[in-house]
Amino acid sequence: MTALDKAKIQAEFKARMDEDELLNCMRCGFCLPSCPTYVQSGNREAYSPRGRIALMKAVADGRIEPDEDIERTLNECLGCRACEPVCPSGVRYGHLLEEARDIINRNKKYSLPARAVRSLVFKHLFPHPKRMRRMTALLGVYQRTGLARLVRKTKLLNLLPQPLAAMERALPQAPTLREMSRPHAPVRARGTARATVGFFSGCLMDTMFRETNIATMKLLEKAGCNIVVPGTQNCCGALHGHAGEKSGAVELAKRNIEAFESADVDYIVTNAGGCGAYLADYGHLLRDDPAWAGRAASFSAKIKDISAILFELGFHESGLRLPPQVVTYQDSCHLRNVQRTSEQPRKLLRAIEGVDYREMEQADRCCGSAGIYNLVHADLSMKFLDDKMARVRETQATTIVTANPGCLLQMKLGVEREGLSGRVRVVHIADFLLEAMDNRQDASGSGGV
Amino acid sequence: MLDPSVLNELKAIVGPDNVESSAMDRLAYSYDATPNLQAMPDAVVSPRSTEEVSKVLALCNRRRIPVVPRGSGTNLCGGTTPLSGGIVLLFRHMNRILEIDEQNLTATVQAGVITLDLIREVERRGLFYPPDPSSMKISTIGGNLNENSGGLRGLKYGVTRDYVLGLEIVLPSGDIIRTGGKLAKDVAGYDLTRLFVGSEGTLGVITQAILKLIPMPESKKTMLALYGSLEDAAASVSAIIAARIIPATLEFLDRPTLEVVEQFAQIGLPTDAQAVLLIEQDGPPEVVDRDLARMAEICRGHRALSVRVARDENEADGLRAARRSALSALARLAPTTILEDATVPRSQIAPMVRAIREIADKYGVRICTFGHAGDGNLHPTCVTDARDPDELHRVEQAFEEIFERAIELGGTITGEHGVGVVKAPYLEMKLGAAGIEAMKAVKQAFDPNGIMNPGKVFAKSSRKRVVVES
Ligand SMILES: Cc1cc2nc3c(=O)[nH]c(=O)nc-3n(C[C@H](O)[C@H](O)[C@H](O)COP(=O)(O)OP(=O)(O)OC[C@H]3O[C@@H](n4cnc5c(N)ncnc54)[C@H](O)[C@@H]3O)c2cc1C
Ligand code: SF4
Ligand code: SF4
Repeated sequence: MTALDKAKIQAEFKARMDEDELLNCMRCGFCLPSCPTYVQSGNREAYSPRGRIALMKAVADGRIEPDEDIERTLNECLGCRACEPVCPSGVRYGHLLEEARDIINRNKKYSLPARAVRSLVFKHLFPHPKRMRRMTALLGVYQRTGLARLVRKTKLLNLLPQPLAAMERALPQAPTLREMSRPHAPVRARGTARATVGFFSGCLMDTMFRETNIATMKLLEKAGCNIVVPGTQNCCGALHGHAGEKSGAVELAKRNIEAFESADVDYIVTNAGGCGAYLADYGHLLRDDPAWAGRAASFSAKIKDISAILFELGFHESGLRLPPQVVTYQDSCHLRNVQRTSEQPRKLLRAIEGVDYREMEQADRCCGSAGIYNLVHADLSMKFLDDKMARVRETQATTIVTANPGCLLQMKLGVEREGLSGRVRVVHIADFLLEAMDNRQDASGSGGV
Repeated sequence: MLDPSVLNELKAIVGPDNVESSAMDRLAYSYDATPNLQAMPDAVVSPRSTEEVSKVLALCNRRRIPVVPRGSGTNLCGGTTPLSGGIVLLFRHMNRILEIDEQNLTATVQAGVITLDLIREVERRGLFYPPDPSSMKISTIGGNLNENSGGLRGLKYGVTRDYVLGLEIVLPSGDIIRTGGKLAKDVAGYDLTRLFVGSEGTLGVITQAILKLIPMPESKKTMLALYGSLEDAAASVSAIIAARIIPATLEFLDRPTLEVVEQFAQIGLPTDAQAVLLIEQDGPPEVVDRDLARMAEICRGHRALSVRVARDENEADGLRAARRSALSALARLAPTTILEDATVPRSQIAPMVRAIREIADKYGVRICTFGHAGDGNLHPTCVTDARDPDELHRVEQAFEEIFERAIELGGTITGEHGVGVVKAPYLEMKLGAAGIEAMKAVKQAFDPNGIMNPGKVFAKSSRKRVVVES
């Protein structure tokens, strides 16, 4: 159980919530149909963006108390920001949500176990690359030693909540500690370099999804980029920011800005929609810190998703090819709604010979992964996922391409739950493009773009 | 606060999950799209059927509890703000398209159907439901009916009223009545269908509607004309109609709006133009081409600086984007956007737009005007800040004068947004005292206990305020 310090929350809402942004909402309701939690709630206003903004404003104005109901609706928000692109007033809902969650979180007494878990995740795990590697390596040991099979056989996993148990099967094979500890060597483009980029390698992406990171660098290299991967970079802080741990996020942001400042690059490339969006928002995160605001803004201006830069460099014109297959694409909410990158990945996929691309209905709707949403709101998350899988089925796709590790895992989980594993595969766009590139080389027998 | 026994009775009727009375839920239904207007209801009730609506109304009538029917709360006149508390009645479970009758060309829908969902469904079958308020993505048919909403196609195709054939209505007593039907001709008795259209939830609750559909026009084309003077644009509008051409759309943007739109969307509109007309025609391709050519000629004859016909749907979309982004562009200028709705005969558009400008200058407020030139329905839109009471006061004064001027020019205080609370003080200007009395008599006949949406349409006093806070 948790308890809220209502008076303090109220006072902080008044002091800290951006009044202009709250007033900017003209309550037109245009955001309602785009909001998954509004639809899921059976169209209840309190679970809509307009409703949540009104509630935040009412708390700031002292019109109502910040009670458990309000905390719940703010928690149940996916943070997918599908409400932002459709808003005529340009309300930056995501900023309001993060601020509100931070205020509530700071004035909330968590139960002992909850506090321990939060502190483990937010303070002792994600901000420390070394520990992330060791943790992932442990997972690898578990997966490789047959312990996993044993655990499954003994039905030990039945003790876990259902989605967690299925998630265990959806996880990719973790790399070994040795593989993960190898630093990424800088790359010089072959021939004339067309851009110098810094690669944001991320925490989960650089451990659990190490292969995707390596694929991303290969693609960049082919596309003509010099690549630097600053060793002092760190977790982006999105997880912290979204969960109401703003101070942790600020610390991480500063370290990342410093790391890339010394690298002096044209762009900073990411391959995780969620991280990219958060990095692109450092300017906002640090806006009130005079020593950092400018540095953060110029850092943010350089952020580019891998699809965006590949498309810009004409990668889709390089004769990509794959064996015939039906492919669909699930947007990463943050890549689409915050970084506004949705056309480029589709154009890249359509350009691959052999790919029968089929757009799924509501590809722009959140799959329910949303950071750690699928763990803390397992039931709701599975409902969003089930809807999503029904849409996937309609396309008859055998390959689902995604652009963010969270979405990737969630979609894999969906495939597991639907009993489609073996028939449908889920793959990150970087890995998929690399396959298409390699396949082209095999076919033509020549290297280079 | 509601008596606990009432809450329990309500729960017994609609099920416990469909009665909400937490502070959070009450707050979430304390407002609509009207700026700066808010009041808490006592409970929020979501019936699942006409029978449940009937039981809820009978209960509320017995206990004298105000009932505020609410679609999506997108109205701009305070129509769903529960000024006297009571219950907000939601149609979120009553949102089904019951039938599309391709023989009789009718659609039968529940009140909570989203307008765009209906439009999509009929268009899939090659049919056409013309009323298209800009809010159609989210507004409900129940809301459209009660505000008698119009849209960009109003000039040629009329407004919601023109597409209603029959209604299912629950009266405050709980009695269920049905008016009209799938008939093109029906003159039996008073026309209650028309009476309920535009009644803003003050007479009873509409639970179902039979709507008229028409065949889908074969083709459509779009054109944009720029003018160096307001008069020239306005004269073109009159001349087009005088030439016996009724375009599907004839929209207008004034210069202040143009400037803002261009800043926002950067679509290459010349900001030295004083006015823009967006013109569309639909129908058989030959007719569309002929009409477009003649309208272009008329525009040029009235000194249009340029006339551009879109070559394809892509370009047409670009031109329409100019009109569509007007609201977004304005909304981003200042924290508070007050979108008003004054209508004049189309021959008076130029004098009205000029008057709006003079009035805005006089009170030192920023008002941009765009709207449906074809039907004289203008949207003077004020960008302001609700936190500045002094400025807000001047805004109110300016709008009051704008409405007065509209009526002097033979117009009205609202063309499509309804009266609600914010226009109630001006209704008498339009109707006269006897007109108000006649309407009150109707209200009294249907709702003797005054439970239906109290405080709307009829002003308690002639308190002249555009925005109130309670
Ligand atoms: C950005 C924006 C653009 C708009 N553009 C237009 C436009 O182009 N044209 C236009 O005409 N309007 C426009 N509007 C106004 C508004 O969208 C319309 O009035 C719309 O019809 C309201 O629909 P709603 O479902 O939101 O109804 P609500 O706002 O919920 O209700 C409107 C009125 O209807 C009553 N009501 C609702 N359902 C029922 C029912 N079943 N039985 C009895 N009474 C009921 C309510 O009590 C209230 O008085 C716009 C609004 C916004 C915010
Ligand atoms: S679309 Fe924007 S302005 Fe409209 S209600 Fe939603 S957040 Fe508010
Ligand atoms: S972020 Fe997503 S879930 Fe949250 S209010 Fe916006 S659209 Fe709804």
